[in-house]
Amino acid sequence: MTTDTTIAKPPVLNPYDDGFPTLKAILASDMAMQLDCGAELSEFSMAYQTYGTLNDDKTNAILVTHALTGDQFVSGINPITQKAGWWSLMVGPGRPIDTDRYFVICSNVLGGCMGTIGPASINPETGEAWGLDFPMITIADMVRAQALLLDHLKIDRLFAVIGGSMGGMQALEWAAVYPERLFACVPLATAAQHSAQNIAFYEVGRQAIMADPDWCKGRYLAEGKLPRSGVAVARMAAHITYMSESALTQKFGRRLQDRENITFGFEADFQIESYLRYQGSTFVERFDANSYLYVTRAMDYFDLAEQHGNGLLAEAFKGTEVRFCVISFSSDWHYLPEENRVIVRGLTGAAANVSYVDVVSDSGHDAFLLDEPEFTRVLDGFLEGAARKYGLPLKGEG
Amino acid sequence: MNNRKNIRVDLQLIADMIKPGSRVLDVGCSDGQLLDYLVNEKGISGRGLEISPEGVNQCVSKGLSVVQGDAEEDLGYYPDNAFDYVILSQTLQATHHPDQIVKDLLRLGKRAIVSFPNFGHWRVRKYLFFNGRMPVNDTLPYEWYNSPNLHFCTIKDFIAMCEEMGITIEKSLALDADGKAHRIRTSLFFANLLGEQAVFLLHKD
Repeated sequence: MTTDTTIAKPPVLNPYDDGFPTLKAILASDMAMQLDCGAELSEFSMAYQTYGTLNDDKTNAILVTHALTGDQFVSGINPITQKAGWWSLMVGPGRPIDTDRYFVICSNVLGGCMGTIGPASINPETGEAWGLDFPMITIADMVRAQALLLDHLKIDRLFAVIGGSMGGMQALEWAAVYPERLFACVPLATAAQHSAQNIAFYEVGRQAIMADPDWCKGRYLAEGKLPRSGVAVARMAAHITYMSESALTQKFGRRLQDRENITFGFEADFQIESYLRYQGSTFVERFDANSYLYVTRAMDYFDLAEQHGNGLLAEAFKGTEVRFCVISFSSDWHYLPEENRVIVRGLTGAAANVSYVDVVSDSGHDAFLLDEPEFTRVLDGFLEGAARKYGLPLKGEG
Repeated sequence: MNNRKNIRVDLQLIADMIKPGSRVLDVGCSDGQLLDYLVNEKGISGRGLEISPEGVNQCVSKGLSVVQGDAEEDLGYYPDNAFDYVILSQTLQATHHPDQIVKDLLRLGKRAIVSFPNFGHWRVRKYLFFNGRMPVNDTLPYEWYNSPNLHFCTIKDFIAMCEEMGITIEKSLALDADGKAHRIRTSLFFANLLGEQAVFLLHKD
């Protein structure tokens, strides 16, 4: 009797998409979606959440676009962390993005790892995770996929697209490419192109991941490994850019971590080290290393003026009827107030309807996610003004 | 909410010069009182530029389209002839280059409306003459050392500048201490003496 010596390979699963409850749409089933890199994607899955109720005219939809490591759980309880969604302060009943009046959609970006197709998804041709075989994606591709999601939801026009950081890039891309599909656009703490400094920081992160032997040239999922230390370093480096120097000093200073004296070694003597190590080590549990490579690259490639205006930002928005509200934060050094002002000047040059506020804050780039009363007031005021113009019910009329 | 129908007298004079439905930029729009009135009572398409964060916040919170910025840096980014009217109310005297600003206003607007406190008013002259010190009063509340005002002028000065720059004065009003408006053309001498504030409607030749 001969025994079959080939042992069936265990099926490779995407550990980041392990069946948590989320809505999913299968997009591009009739026609493949063209990507900027030349490749095509068809019949791909996009994970999303919705909050509130779509009105009969389908005029009250707001798309919230998330940042690099964000997800679709913008409000309510995130089923994975069991904590409040990442922007519950701003999105929810009675909040500025009021789910009692608006129908809020938030989808996981293309290339992400929370249920939308990305490098950790299974490539049907190989039965393994895509890894580096996944096509390169851009901010424009992310927005194309979101537009397909809206088609799927049968929503022609959004009341607003709102997003911070990389979400702000998507919001700008929306206004440049589909001006007829949105009434208002709110880019927060963002830029119309990635600066050399930002490319540099993300390159450090990518190199850290790729230098980790457990990255296995991108095939770690198939090999049953995770590039933990690489991802941790990438997260630590990026995390520094999200906080202002003064916030770091206030929060940590030179305080020591659970000890009276320095230890003359390389333990995490300082609280800031301990904090960053914790941030780094927990990140890999929720975020796929290859997704990090792909999505940061998409940001690096983003250059709205170059891609839509022959080098002139004003050209990219020429004739636009979209109402804009750009908001920056004074201590943000990831996307400087000046970079936001460049957006405003481009819009001004296009004679666009634009408001701009630089909110005075100590919290650095992260300020757009935090409780900043002045920011809340401005966003609330802008949305109320836009709602009035668009004929949507105002606060108290909902 | 404030009663929109009652705005400051000098702002009302400006508002009266603006045709309904036009495109208006208010440079130095402060808390947006005038812009709010124009948008809601005259149906204009309005934009504002304001340097103080508090002012911008108040404007945006009211639903006005206002950009935080400095007139002397940011007017250059607006395209030519983007507006029917560009307003500069009570701000000219606080700029580094008033002539440049007025030139810019008329580059991006078909018409410009400029208002400013008149340093030729008799009380100002009297204060300086008898006290020998820089005038401080209700319309000029600052000491010389903490004043945001850099370039004061009289009504006569302003008219001379316009002539030099080839700018046509379409309308000119002086506002006396009782808030009554007088046409400057009737008598420049008295207007320059009795006007506490002046409002000019300008266009390019």
